[in-house]
Amino acid sequence: MNLSAAHLWLIPALPLLAAAVGSVTPRRGRRLAAGAAIAAMLGALLLSILALRAALADPSAHLTSNFSWFDLGNGAVRLGWLLDPLNAFMCVMVSLVGLLIFIFSVGYMEGDEDFTRFFCFLSLFAAAMLCVVVANSLLLLFIGWELVGLASYLLIGFWFHKPAAAAAAKKAFITTRIGDIGFLLGLVWLYDTTGSLLLYDGGNGVLETHVLGDLASQMLAGGIAASTAIGLLIFCGAAGKSGQFPLHVWLPDAMEGPTPVSALIHAATMVAAGVFLIARIFPLVSADLELASAPLHALTVVAGIGAITALLGAAIAAAQYDLKRILAFSTVSQLGYMMLALGVGSWVAAIFHLLTHAFFKALLFLAAGSAIHAAHHEQDIRQLGGLRGPMRTTYATFAVGMMALAGVPFVFSGFWSKEAILHAASQWSVSQLPLYAGLAGVVLTAFYMTRLLCEVFWGAPRSPAPAHAHESPAVMTLPLVALAVGAIALGFLGTPAWPWLQSRLTGKDVPAHSLLEGGSLMALSVVLVATGLGAGWALYGRRPRVSAADPDPLAAAAPRTFAFLGARMKLDELYAATLGRLNSFGAALADILDRWVWGGAVSLLALLGEFTGFVNRGVDEGGLNAGFDSVSERIRGAGRAYSRAQTGEAHGYLRTLAIAFVVLALLVLLGGGR
Amino acid sequence: MSPLQLCLVFSSVLFAVGLAGALARSNSILVLLGIELMLNAANLNFIAFWRYGPSPSSAIGVIFVIFAIAVTAAETAVGLALVISIYRHQQNIRLQEASHLKG
Repeated sequence: MNLSAAHLWLIPALPLLAAAVGSVTPRRGRRLAAGAAIAAMLGALLLSILALRAALADPSAHLTSNFSWFDLGNGAVRLGWLLDPLNAFMCVMVSLVGLLIFIFSVGYMEGDEDFTRFFCFLSLFAAAMLCVVVANSLLLLFIGWELVGLASYLLIGFWFHKPAAAAAAKKAFITTRIGDIGFLLGLVWLYDTTGSLLLYDGGNGVLETHVLGDLASQMLAGGIAASTAIGLLIFCGAAGKSGQFPLHVWLPDAMEGPTPVSALIHAATMVAAGVFLIARIFPLVSADLELASAPLHALTVVAGIGAITALLGAAIAAAQYDLKRILAFSTVSQLGYMMLALGVGSWVAAIFHLLTHAFFKALLFLAAGSAIHAAHHEQDIRQLGGLRGPMRTTYATFAVGMMALAGVPFVFSGFWSKEAILHAASQWSVSQLPLYAGLAGVVLTAFYMTRLLCEVFWGAPRSPAPAHAHESPAVMTLPLVALAVGAIALGFLGTPAWPWLQSRLTGKDVPAHSLLEGGSLMALSVVLVATGLGAGWALYGRRPRVSAADPDPLAAAAPRTFAFLGARMKLDELYAATLGRLNSFGAALADILDRWVWGGAVSLLALLGEFTGFVNRGVDEGGLNAGFDSVSERIRGAGRAYSRAQTGEAHGYLRTLAIAFVVLALLVLLGGGR
Repeated sequence: MSPLQLCLVFSSVLFAVGLAGALARSNSILVLLGIELMLNAANLNFIAFWRYGPSPSSAIGVIFVIFAIAVTAAETAVGLALVISIYRHQQNIRLQEASHLKG
């Protein structure tokens, strides 16, 4: 079967259908809800594989299927589906990782009474993300984008009876909304300038050459091209969704949701959307590179934000105690790497890292979920420990994920994708700072992941919860194994020696390099990884923590820095003190305006209305009613008088007739016949 | 008196007798009889005016009266049917008591 772009809508439609089924399933219909969700994801995966096959038949083509949504004025709002290798790889990744997470959730959420609701939301989440991926219109992409936001809100706040979860859901929703305002403005601007939001439209799409040329040649104040401004506005949205500094604050809090949700958010769906978006519109954001004289290039900003995020996330991750929160900050950091890669111009490296990261981060979260599940929802790494013995499979797969994330050389996928990013950063002509930030991040990543592994799995249990842990059921461990295989194997699709993925994504043959070329950078990063791992082992692995009250070795060495990082660089507090206060002030002002000014005007109007009503009532009751009443009373009186004549006796009528006849006759006779 | 005047006086008397009967009697059948007499007085007038009128040769007056008699016959049939119905209802045919259309 050959899949064309016109059939792509089926891929998001299947999970959406499953969500619809889940929404009407009663609580006891657990098997139905989970079965529908998993079957739909399986279907989406098969379709995605077909789509990938179709896309790889001609990697340089952008197959589209556009249609008109509704007519508006002289034009029409058009949407469409797009099929090219980038979309297809994303589709396969989202549906495959999603499928494994869905299967894992069956085990993880087993005891939850809102099991069906959970699967309904999960399916909605996957459907929204798949819609983002296959859209050929920025408008359609935005619709999916907002649905992703909605589904993440529902899922982060899944245990809404916990105040922390409800607050985290709101935080995620509002923070990403701030970015989305920029996105929406960018879209409006783009539509205003080009009259289209289609990405590829036979030469008229916004990513096609002559439109881009127009956009790049329109100058705003200060010599900034229109495409730069639009690209930066859209990047706001991507930064919000992908947890880039300064909008990353929602991502760690999103850990309040169930762990499979965290895995889904961090690996396959939500945060990937931002990176995917920038990669998707890469021709647009990079259009201004032609203008060497422009004071600001959109990609420079992207690279800067990415480098800051990569370093900041890794530094904060090293000082957290919450198992899931460490992973969350590592996601922030890895997303920073992806943005950095986009910024330095290598969207292929970004997507490569996105794909490998999806696998090993999903693996890490699910393995963490398995450990948390076994340890009765204990997430503090100081309380855990010693899970290596009872949870063999979880431990082994977590270790694979950890090494992939840390970038342990040659075997694990994370190494190759991170290497691609560092290589791209070293080639950047503008500045070498992102490269240095990336290299520093490599050390930190290896360090904090070693710390996490040692604290959770090594040593002896430090509280009753991990002491009674036992291995999770097969429905949870099998997805872990599958993801672990992916976390290793995926790297070999994009090594410099055999750049299959790169050449398929770009549609051009990327020449293979010997591994020795650029070997000095690779050697440097191998050394850095080794340093990180060694430092982690020396501090946490050699002598594992004995009791939960023991101070952290780092905290002992540099208590103030550690506390600062542990408090997430006080960024939340900073926002609360500045933006939060500004917001409360604005709210108070609006409240006063509402209550006194607008409220007063409305009350005055209401009083006026009341007064006229009162006057009306007097006129009605006193004047009009009396007149009508007397008229009707007279009519009734006349009726009464006449009805007296109607006795019903035939004689009476006859008599009246006779008398009338006699009277008439007399009148005629006496009147002389006139 | 001329024959026409005699005829008119006769029909007037006939009419007065019918009217008196219709007004004075309480038996429904007799009231109907009175009405018949009044109608026949009118018919007599038709005949008289025709016979002594300007063109007695054409049979207009006779035809008129024959029509009137036919209509009267039909009317009487309806009237008698009503009388029977009243009798069934109130076990007599006193007209004074038949003052309600509703049962």
